[in-house]
Amino acid sequence: MTVGTVDISLSEALSALTGSSVNTQTHTILFDIRLPRILLAIAVGAVLASTGAVMQGLFRNPLADPSLIGVSSGASVGASLMIVTAGGFIQSGALVGLSLVAVGAFIGGFAATLLVYRLATSGIGTSVTTMLLAGIAIAALAGALNSLLSYFSDNDMLRQISLWQMGNLSGASWTKVIIMGAVAVLLMGLFPRDSKALNALLLGESEARHLGIDVQRVKRRLIVLTALGVGVSVALAGLVGFVGLIMPHIVRLTIGPDHRWLVPASALAGATLLVIADSLARIVVIPAELPTGILTALLGAPFFVALLLQQRKDV
Amino acid sequence: MTMRADNISLHLSGFDLLRNISLEVEAGKVTAIVGPNGAGKSSLLKVLTGEMAATRGEVFLNNRLLQDWPLLDRAKILAVLPQHTLLNFPFTADEVVGLGRIPHNTGLAKDTQIIAEALDLVDASYLQKRFYTQMSGGEKQRVQLARVLAQIWQASHLGEQFLVLDEPTSAFDLSHQKLTLDIVRELADKGVGVVMVLHDLNLAARCADNLVVFDGGVIAAQGSPEAVLSEALIDRVFGVKSIIAQHPVTKRPLVIT
Repeated sequence: MTVGTVDISLSEALSALTGSSVNTQTHTILFDIRLPRILLAIAVGAVLASTGAVMQGLFRNPLADPSLIGVSSGASVGASLMIVTAGGFIQSGALVGLSLVAVGAFIGGFAATLLVYRLATSGIGTSVTTMLLAGIAIAALAGALNSLLSYFSDNDMLRQISLWQMGNLSGASWTKVIIMGAVAVLLMGLFPRDSKALNALLLGESEARHLGIDVQRVKRRLIVLTALGVGVSVALAGLVGFVGLIMPHIVRLTIGPDHRWLVPASALAGATLLVIADSLARIVVIPAELPTGILTALLGAPFFVALLLQQRKDV
Repeated sequence: MTMRADNISLHLSGFDLLRNISLEVEAGKVTAIVGPNGAGKSSLLKVLTGEMAATRGEVFLNNRLLQDWPLLDRAKILAVLPQHTLLNFPFTADEVVGLGRIPHNTGLAKDTQIIAEALDLVDASYLQKRFYTQMSGGEKQRVQLARVLAQIWQASHLGEQFLVLDEPTSAFDLSHQKLTLDIVRELADKGVGVVMVLHDLNLAARCADNLVVFDGGVIAAQGSPEAVLSEALIDRVFGVKSIIAQHPVTKRPLVIT
C-alpha cells in the first residue's frame, strides 16, 4: 500500500488502517484506490492461477493456460459485445453494468473453453498442437470481432475496450472487489471437491471412469467454473496473461502435481505474483502507470519459451 | 459369480468388430484372450468394461447389467489396466498407486500400507519416491499394475471382484513376465476373476484356465489350453506352421514355431 505515485509512508498507512486519522487525501488514496486495487489483484491472481491449474489437469497438458488457448480472448469478445450493446449502463460503473459485462465475458469464455476442449481432446488425450492451434484460431476470431466492435464504438467505449486488452487493475473499485472476491471464494470452495477427480483424470478419461469418477459431470462442472472465473476476471481486470501458466508450473515443480495441494497453492502464488506485478506496474514509470498485463506478459513470455524448450528436450 | 458377455456384437464406422460373442469370465479363474492383431480382443475388453456400448447384446457383472452399476460401486469390484496409459505429470510411484484407492474410503494409514504392499508385490518398492515421468517402460507398466491391484486389494461386500488386463506383460523382461503370471494366479486363488489379453501363446497356455482364441471378430475356440491349442487351429488363425509339444515340467501345451 505504500508504493505508488504519491509517497505514503508505512507508518501513515498503518495508522490509517488502524483507524487513526490521517489527512483526507491520504485516506482517499489508500482506501479508494490502493486497497481495492490490491484486493482485486489478490482475487484475480488467485482465480487465474487456480483455473490455470485446473485447466492443465483437465487438458492433461502443462501448457494449457486461459490466455494461451483463447479462453480469455473469448471472454473479452463477450465483454466488448456487452459494452457496445449495453453501453449506457456500464458508463455509470454501477453493479448492473458490471454484472452484464461479467455475464458476457462468462458466456464468451465458456464457448471458447468448450470449443478448444472439443477440438483438442480425443480418446487418447489432448494434442498440444491442436490445443494451441485452436487457441490461435479463437484468438484471431476474437481479435477480428473485437476490432469490428471497436470500429462501431464511440470514444469512451473504445477506451474501455483497449484498456482491457492490456489487462489493467487501475480501475479497481469496491464493487469490482466484491464481485471478484465472491467469484474467488466460490471457486476456492468448489475446486477441492474435484481435486481427486482431476488427479485421476491425469491418467486418462477412461482410466478415471474405471476409478469410479463421473468424468462427463466433472468436466462440465470444471469447464463452467473455469469460464466463470476467467470470464469475470477478464471483465473486471482485462486480459492479464500468463498468471495461469506460470504459477501452477512453479508450484508443481515444488510440491508435485497432486491437485489437492496444487490448486490452493497455485491460487496463493498467483495472488502474490499479481500483487507484486501490479505494484511494479505502479512504480516503474512514475508518475504514470503501466497496465499490469504488460508486466505479466513480460515475465510470462520468456518463461513459456523456456517451458517449450524443456518439453522439446523431454520428447 | 461372473462377468458375462451375452451375444455381443459391436459395429463401428462400417466395420463389424465383434460378432455374436458370448463369454464368461468366472471368479477365481484366469481367462486369457489371444488372437492376431485387429481380431477384436481390445474391443471386447472395452465392451466388457463399459468403455464402449455394444451394438447388440448385454454385459452382466455379477448378474447385474453393467450399465446399472453405479460408477463408484463398479470401481470397487472391477479394475482395468489399459494397454497404454499416457501420464505426463511428475507423480511419484506412490501417488500413482494411490490413485487406485480413490474409490475407497479406507483412510490414509490403510491406503499407505496397501500402496507399499502393492508396489512390493510387483517388485517396484525401489520406485516409491521416483517420478513416473522418469521411469522406463517396464517400470511404468509395473507401477500401473500395482495401481489396479491396489484398487481391488481388499475383498468387497459388493460381490466378487474382477481384474481386466490388456497386454500386461508387453514391456516386461522374463522375470517380470513370470512375476505377473504368479500374481494373477494368486489373485485367482483368492477368488478374483482375471481376464487378460496376451500375445505370447506359451504364456497364455501356462497361466490360463480358460483360453479364448479370437479371429476376425468371432471366437475361433475356447476351453482349456490343452483342448484348444492345436496345430490346425494355429495355422488357421495365425497362418503359422507350428508343433504342439508338452512342457516337460508344467505339462502344459508348448507351442513351437
